[in-house]
Amino acid sequence: MVSSDNRGLRLGVRYLVLCLVALVFLFPLVFMLVSSLKPDQQLLADTGSLRAFLPVGDISLDNYRDAFARAPIGRFVFNSILVTVVTVTLSLALCSLAAFSFVFLEWWGRAALLAVIVSTLIIPFETIAIPLLLIVSKLPWIGLEGFEIGWLNTYRVQIVPWIADALTIFLFVQFFKDLPRELVEAARVEGATWWQVYWRIVIPLSGPVIATGAILKTLKMYNEQYLWPLITVQSEAYRPVMVGLGYFFQLNIAWGEVMAYLSLITVPVLIFYLILQRAFIASIASTGVKG
Amino acid sequence: MTLRTIAGALAATTVLAGPVSAQTEIGMWYHGAGNRGEAETLDRIVSDFNASQSDWEVTVESFPQESYNDSVVAAALAGDLPCIIDVDGPVMPNWAWSGYMQPLPFGEERVSEFLPGTKGFWDGQLYSIGLWDAAVALYARQSDLDEWGLRVPTLAEPWTRDELMLALDAAKADGDYEYAFDPGMAWTGEWYPYAFSPLLQSFGGDIVDRETYASADGVLNGEAAVEFGTWWQSLFADGYAPGTSQDPADRDAGFNEGKYAFAWNGNWAAAATLDAVDDVVFLPAPDFGNGGVIGAASWQFGISATCENPEGAAAWIDYALQDEYLAAFAETTGLIPATPSAAAMTETYSEGGPLEVFFSLSEEQALVRPVTPGYVVAAKVFEKALADIANGADVQDTLDAAVDEIEADIEANQGYGHEG
Amino acid sequence: MASKLTTSNRVGWGFAIPGFGLIALFIILPFFFAFYLSLTDQRLVSPNPTRFVGFENYRELLEVRVITLAPERDDAGAVLRAEDGAIEYPRVRTVTRNPETPQYRGMREWFRWHSGEDAKVVIARDVVFLRALLNTFLFVIVVAPVQAGLALCLALLINQRLRGINAFRAIYFMPVVISIIVVSLLWRFIYDGNDGLLNEILGWLTFGTWEPIDWLGRTDTALPSIMAMSIWQAVGFHMVIWLSGLQTVSPTLYEAAEIEGASKWQTFRYITWPGLRNTAILVLIVITMQAFAVFAQIDVMTNGGPLDATQTLVFQTVERGYGKQDISGGSTISVILFLIVLTISLIQSWLTRERP
Repeated sequence: MVSSDNRGLRLGVRYLVLCLVALVFLFPLVFMLVSSLKPDQQLLADTGSLRAFLPVGDISLDNYRDAFARAPIGRFVFNSILVTVVTVTLSLALCSLAAFSFVFLEWWGRAALLAVIVSTLIIPFETIAIPLLLIVSKLPWIGLEGFEIGWLNTYRVQIVPWIADALTIFLFVQFFKDLPRELVEAARVEGATWWQVYWRIVIPLSGPVIATGAILKTLKMYNEQYLWPLITVQSEAYRPVMVGLGYFFQLNIAWGEVMAYLSLITVPVLIFYLILQRAFIASIASTGVKG
Repeated sequence: MTLRTIAGALAATTVLAGPVSAQTEIGMWYHGAGNRGEAETLDRIVSDFNASQSDWEVTVESFPQESYNDSVVAAALAGDLPCIIDVDGPVMPNWAWSGYMQPLPFGEERVSEFLPGTKGFWDGQLYSIGLWDAAVALYARQSDLDEWGLRVPTLAEPWTRDELMLALDAAKADGDYEYAFDPGMAWTGEWYPYAFSPLLQSFGGDIVDRETYASADGVLNGEAAVEFGTWWQSLFADGYAPGTSQDPADRDAGFNEGKYAFAWNGNWAAAATLDAVDDVVFLPAPDFGNGGVIGAASWQFGISATCENPEGAAAWIDYALQDEYLAAFAETTGLIPATPSAAAMTETYSEGGPLEVFFSLSEEQALVRPVTPGYVVAAKVFEKALADIANGADVQDTLDAAVDEIEADIEANQGYGHEG
Repeated sequence: MASKLTTSNRVGWGFAIPGFGLIALFIILPFFFAFYLSLTDQRLVSPNPTRFVGFENYRELLEVRVITLAPERDDAGAVLRAEDGAIEYPRVRTVTRNPETPQYRGMREWFRWHSGEDAKVVIARDVVFLRALLNTFLFVIVVAPVQAGLALCLALLINQRLRGINAFRAIYFMPVVISIIVVSLLWRFIYDGNDGLLNEILGWLTFGTWEPIDWLGRTDTALPSIMAMSIWQAVGFHMVIWLSGLQTVSPTLYEAAEIEGASKWQTFRYITWPGLRNTAILVLIVITMQAFAVFAQIDVMTNGGPLDATQTLVFQTVERGYGKQDISGGSTISVILFLIVLTISLIQSWLTRERP
């Protein structure tokens, strides 16, 4: 009896801690959602008190209606999702392949190349934006419509430069180091090609890191693409969500609409994260690879 | 599978974008994305123009205002500017000097009736023209002025510095308000030079020496400027005004909610205030010794240097300058129509209209910001100096440092094309 | 280790080249271009031809000199003193604007100390840059370890097998999902000096005795306030990385530990932590780099103020390169930043190297 009481108490404490911490992290989302339902004047008046987190007063969906009237939100969300999905998919493929090579293969120049890649982590994008703009405006492209020069005002300019990045490669490298090398060597002894080792042995064990990489890269592509599309994409038809945020920052900011817009654009990322969380857990349950 | 679908979508979009028209296409960029009223009015002018003749077809691409300048600079670097661009008045000399723009092909007499702040001159030539101007006023409540026994200032006789401080003291003593005065410190960026450099000019200083545009010494750090800086600092040190940490919502709604007794704000905010505060009055800028001054020049239209059909671009601009359209813009945006005849066509700016005072303000008190390509940098330096002084930095040291930085920049740009 | 089984130059390069090639084209090449710009007087917007200026831009940022100011004296040679007894010195500008000392022109006082009656004044060509450099270091030194530690605690907290734990995982991640720009705007409301939420809560907790603090408006609280918000915002990001590392620790090891009767701390110390080695290196490096690149918070919340208390290197890069159209100056700062962080990461990797 005593021990079961004790267990119940400990479980209670655990949940209490979890809930308290949750409060600390939850409030911006609650503020955002609640504010999106309030008219501007009330929203601003409420910011100084706990009313900011309660859906009280004059509650309506008017801000959502007005937000849709102000900007082609559907278009922006579609663009961002398209760019994000393509970039993240290609990124995971190329970066994991490179990391595989860095960890499991021995080749000339390997260490130096990895050092160079990791050091690019610190180059702030703001500092290379202008040189990069000059480069992509002169790059050739062969697409379905044939050959052309210049990447401005396209989806590809928002995708290709972002595919490979040091963080994702580094993430895979650090993870692969924890995989048992014997598996790889055994497969090689049995005559597997490198591609087979990568695709049949290493990738199936990489569920957690793929999920992590996908989450981090998605955030970057969806949430932080601002300066680059701003200077390379002029047509509204190709604009992503963060550039769309500018539509709401007029001289007198419509805060309610801003909150409505943010709530709308946050939903896809949140859903994506929740789905990945499930996949993440499932893949862990099936591996348990560490020796 | 996914990839193929995406490639298909890419191809479809590109095909659809192709023009199918006998008219020559003229591209135009505009800073008003997300502003419904402006977009509708602009679209109306464009479609009227396109229907009115058969040579040109203007197509508009709108950008969010906060990032518009970055988009234009990037496009200019990549050689990708459209024919017609709109440009913020004080920035125009920078773009004209650097070869982004060409002068407008029609004569000055075409715009002789226009408010001075709507005309963009650089190097003696008209480069840009605005359909409207903006103006700043001191927002106040009539009931407060009556209660505190304050004289209502007029354009002919604005408040003096002493009268202004008397008013602020009364507001501070009253106790109903969080702060007596809201200059709008939360609005970083162009607001600082636009709204505050006129106060410096009223004291007798300026951002740069307008005679030569080669130096700021003695102008931005002279006696008048130091007096201005000391006064400016006292606004914050003595608790009259909220400082740089003001939250943006308070700036937007503080006066309307009764947190501030007086606010320094533009005419674009007037409509919301008229709704919220029954007895709001818009007072002219105080006279600190050299007349009351407010900033002039808002967004204007011009033609890019790379435009292959400048006559088409000019035709559209000429068409847009009709009073009917100036009035339409003023009605939807609250901005000041560029001509008196257009003002008479509006409800708000015609005689007896609620915003009429702003037209007079723009006519009487407005002074354009320094007309130089170096303005863009000088404005940034000025902004930082004013923020630092507000936060308690030594006035003379700060202004001296600002002068040094502005002069170093002028030197680095080999004088910005002004005749030495 | 190097055996025929794992050695292959062709395959090695072949697998690495797609990723590396893209990085080379879209990051390394533009960075070299930026380095080239730092050696010129290139402006963002200008019709003037570009000139090669060598390391002049670096000198403009880094040059520091010490000058000595003798006290002001009256005609009799006695030292002049202000009312409070402090010695009066000539203004630094009498030196920096003196035609006889052109080498000091354009420099500003950074700080000073006294030696006897004289004042030693450190003047710098770019005081704001030096403030930004110091602030950035301070930011990294505080944020990196705190953020990494808190993230690990959170990861351990949600790595339990409990009903509904997925909901908590999602919640802890929430601040990361919302863009930093938005989070920064929100925190401006929270930090408001009069009726901000933080002051309200502190007032409530202290039964009204709390004096409201203008968190972002004071030079001593502005940077710590931004640090706190940054830690709060990004901690979920690193929690996810830690979590993926935790998942690779085999459950059989934990089972063994349980059978042995190990305490919670022992389990962490001898099972969990050794298994997190590679993750720890990853988190540490990534956090350090991200902290060095702090920008958006500053841009939205304080604009570098008050009185340069929150200037940072990347903020200065953007302010110069774009705001002041000085693209070569902005590039110079980023090259300096790159060299600093490269040095640090070399030291880090040496410290965390695998010892035989």
